Amino acid sequence: MSCDDKVDCGRRRLLVATAAVGGVAGVAVAVPFVASMLPSERAKAAGAPVEVDISKLAPGEMMTVEWRGKPVWVINRTKEQLESMAKIDGELADPKSEKPMQPDYARNATRSIKPEILVAVGICTHLGCSPSEKFKTGAESGIAADWPGGFFCPCHGSTFDLAGRVYKGKPAPDNLEIPPYMYLGDARIVIGKDKNHSDD
Amino acid sequence: MSKVNALLQGTLNWVDERFPLTKLWKEHLAEYYAPKNFNFWYFFGSLALLVLVLQIVTGILLTMHFKPDASLNASGVPVAFASVEYIMRDVPWGWLIRYMHSTGASAFFFVVYMHMFRGMLYGSYRKPRELIWIFGMIIFLALMAEAFFGYLLPWGQMSFWGAQVIVNLFSTIPLIGPDFSLWLRGDFVVGDATLNRFFSFHVIAVPLVLLGLVAAHIIALHEVGSNNPDGIEIKKKKDGNGIPLDGIPFHPYYTVKDIVGVVVFLMVFSVILFFMPEFGGYFLEYNNFFPADPLVTPLHIAPVWYFTPYYSILRAVTYPLFGIDAKFWGVVAMGASTMILFLLPWLDRSPVKSIRYRGPLYKGFLTAFIVSFLILGYLGMLGPTPVRTVMAQICSVIYFAFFLLMPIYSSLDKCQPEPDRVTSK
Amino acid sequence: MKKFLTAILFVPFLAFGAGPELHLDRAPDKSNDMAALQNGAKIFVNYCLNCHSASYMRYNRLEEIGLDDAQIKDNLLFAGEKYGELMKIAMQRAEAKVWFGVAPPDLTIIARARASEFGSGPDWLYTYLRTFYRDETRPTGWNNMVFANVGMPHVLWELQGDQVMGEDHKLKLVKPGKLKPQEFDAMVGDLVAYLKYMGEPVAEFRKRLGVIVLIFLAVAFVFAYALKREYWKDIH
Repeated sequence: MSCDDKVDCGRRRLLVATAAVGGVAGVAVAVPFVASMLPSERAKAAGAPVEVDISKLAPGEMMTVEWRGKPVWVINRTKEQLESMAKIDGELADPKSEKPMQPDYARNATRSIKPEILVAVGICTHLGCSPSEKFKTGAESGIAADWPGGFFCPCHGSTFDLAGRVYKGKPAPDNLEIPPYMYLGDARIVIGKDKNHSDD
Repeated sequence: MSKVNALLQGTLNWVDERFPLTKLWKEHLAEYYAPKNFNFWYFFGSLALLVLVLQIVTGILLTMHFKPDASLNASGVPVAFASVEYIMRDVPWGWLIRYMHSTGASAFFFVVYMHMFRGMLYGSYRKPRELIWIFGMIIFLALMAEAFFGYLLPWGQMSFWGAQVIVNLFSTIPLIGPDFSLWLRGDFVVGDATLNRFFSFHVIAVPLVLLGLVAAHIIALHEVGSNNPDGIEIKKKKDGNGIPLDGIPFHPYYTVKDIVGVVVFLMVFSVILFFMPEFGGYFLEYNNFFPADPLVTPLHIAPVWYFTPYYSILRAVTYPLFGIDAKFWGVVAMGASTMILFLLPWLDRSPVKSIRYRGPLYKGFLTAFIVSFLILGYLGMLGPTPVRTVMAQICSVIYFAFFLLMPIYSSLDKCQPEPDRVTSK
Repeated sequence: MKKFLTAILFVPFLAFGAGPELHLDRAPDKSNDMAALQNGAKIFVNYCLNCHSASYMRYNRLEEIGLDDAQIKDNLLFAGEKYGELMKIAMQRAEAKVWFGVAPPDLTIIARARASEFGSGPDWLYTYLRTFYRDETRPTGWNNMVFANVGMPHVLWELQGDQVMGEDHKLKLVKPGKLKPQEFDAMVGDLVAYLKYMGEPVAEFRKRLGVIVLIFLAVAFVFAYALKREYWKDIH
């Protein structure tokens, strides 16, 4: 925009400057207003890392802990279960865990740090239901006869194996999320925190 | 560039064929002709609008975190009280929003009192602006209701006992009083039910009414046009195009002027908000940092500063009359002290509107009125003593005399002639 | 007329001032003294937080007064408490009521609640905590100069020693405690500074932000006023 005879240059410059100051003021006020809707200190405290003692978790058993209001499963998988998982790669949508649904240290065949212990967020990647455990092998309603054990989402019938990997042709698009976690000792896990980043 | 302009113009035309956007813009801003001699007192109308918006926006955000719940949490603190502290500490920037809202409440009353005083100075309530004044008075009453309901919400000691006292005032109304108080509280004491309904009134019922009234106030104003410090009608002298000779378009002249007013106001507002949010216990009362305790009355209950003049009038009535006790007449006097303002357009018989051309009688009465109003406000913050009660009685009499004697002194007064055209002093 | 008005204006001020005076000592201002605040926090946790909660205050917020993660966990948190947790207590309110007559109040915002026309909340606390005296007529054996018949015993008596009320209504130290009087006053000053901080942790930041906002508004005023002048030069 150039100044010509019709436009008062001084006035225009002042107008632009005042509008700019007003704009800065508007943004400066909007930032705290918008930020007030972010998670509060209470929400952050509730979402803090959770420590879990797994010394009493026997092979084949599973426990659920709450982290950020979500169920997190900790499963101690048996040798047979680990072996059966290796055979079904062909039926899975993302057997090699190529999509970023897990931290790098869990991007392996068992999707875990220690092969037998799985830590996964128990929320179906389809629409957020919590799948139920179907560790028993064999047919059941909605499940094929060659079922090797895993998880079944009651909402829309998605199925996951014992590493939380989703089967092909199901509504859920991705494998179950593996949260950041680390071992504090042989039998203590902290969920929500790892060596790379911490949430507190 | 011309393509962009054409597109914008096209869009505007499209809207204008369906909604009077340009027409509204012209009627209320670009071609609303306001007298060119507005002075300091004329900032407070636009400031009131600004504070209204500020209260609504901050109120919406506070409502997201506040819990109107009088039950005790695990630490033995009422949930509502704890939720205010939660806002002050745990919610990001919650403290800023809460202080804006609490400072805004006092700012609202300050601005509105100044705005009303302007009306009295320059006779803005006089014909043909009676309806503007009446809408404004209803806004004032709605604002008092809004403040009263809102003050209960933090559920501190002053919240609780203030509400207790005010609700009990209604119980003095003969026959229906006690039942009415019970109905208003929804419980035998101010309790969870009261808190919840006051929350509802505060966040939705009264604000809706307020917004409607503010719209009516402004529409009525723009229908008849603004008064000015000279109290003369600029529409009487127009140029060939029908534009008042002393009128200037509200936009841009008064928009740029009001921006200056807004910045100055925000400076004062910020000084209070950032450096003295409690304002020495007048904006946030110290006792309200104790959670409500129905078993312990604070030694000294005083309403927030903007209610104290009326509270003084309430306490000033100490004589029973017609076999009904003084408490009832105190409530009547307090009610009358606000209601009588509605009659102002018809009580004033002066040939002139503005204080500039009025005689000494009106000036004297107005001064006495303002002084007694301030003293009443001051006394309302203190506990009663015999001397103070007498003071309050004298001031209450002056307060009412200002209105009731107005038809007499305003017509007797020696006024000066009004000028033809507005003056800039 | 003016004289009359002036007279009217002054009468209420003369009437004011009746009622009991409360003399409060002025609390030292240590709002920006991190060492004092940290010491105050430690005293608070050790002496107050057993019976009084501070149930709106989170432990991790103490980072603001210069304590780090490990210091908070090692020195202030009791076993089993989480870092971001509120300063709550295990004592049940119903039991406390039986023991003390009243449940000990939450102390998070006590420094704001105790303000009055006689002095600030910290002033009140500073005076209160230093003016306990022996009174055998009270169940706890203690009474207080600013809080008559207080339910709380003198928790810091080992440090301050025993005071008694003399004939002249002044307190006299009859049995010295572990700390010298000046040391005790400094310690209470630290504790009160912490209580003040806890009452509104954001207070110092609020003031700093206020300065920035006012500078910004001053700049905005210059532009707004210049713009107004520019437009209004057309109006005569």
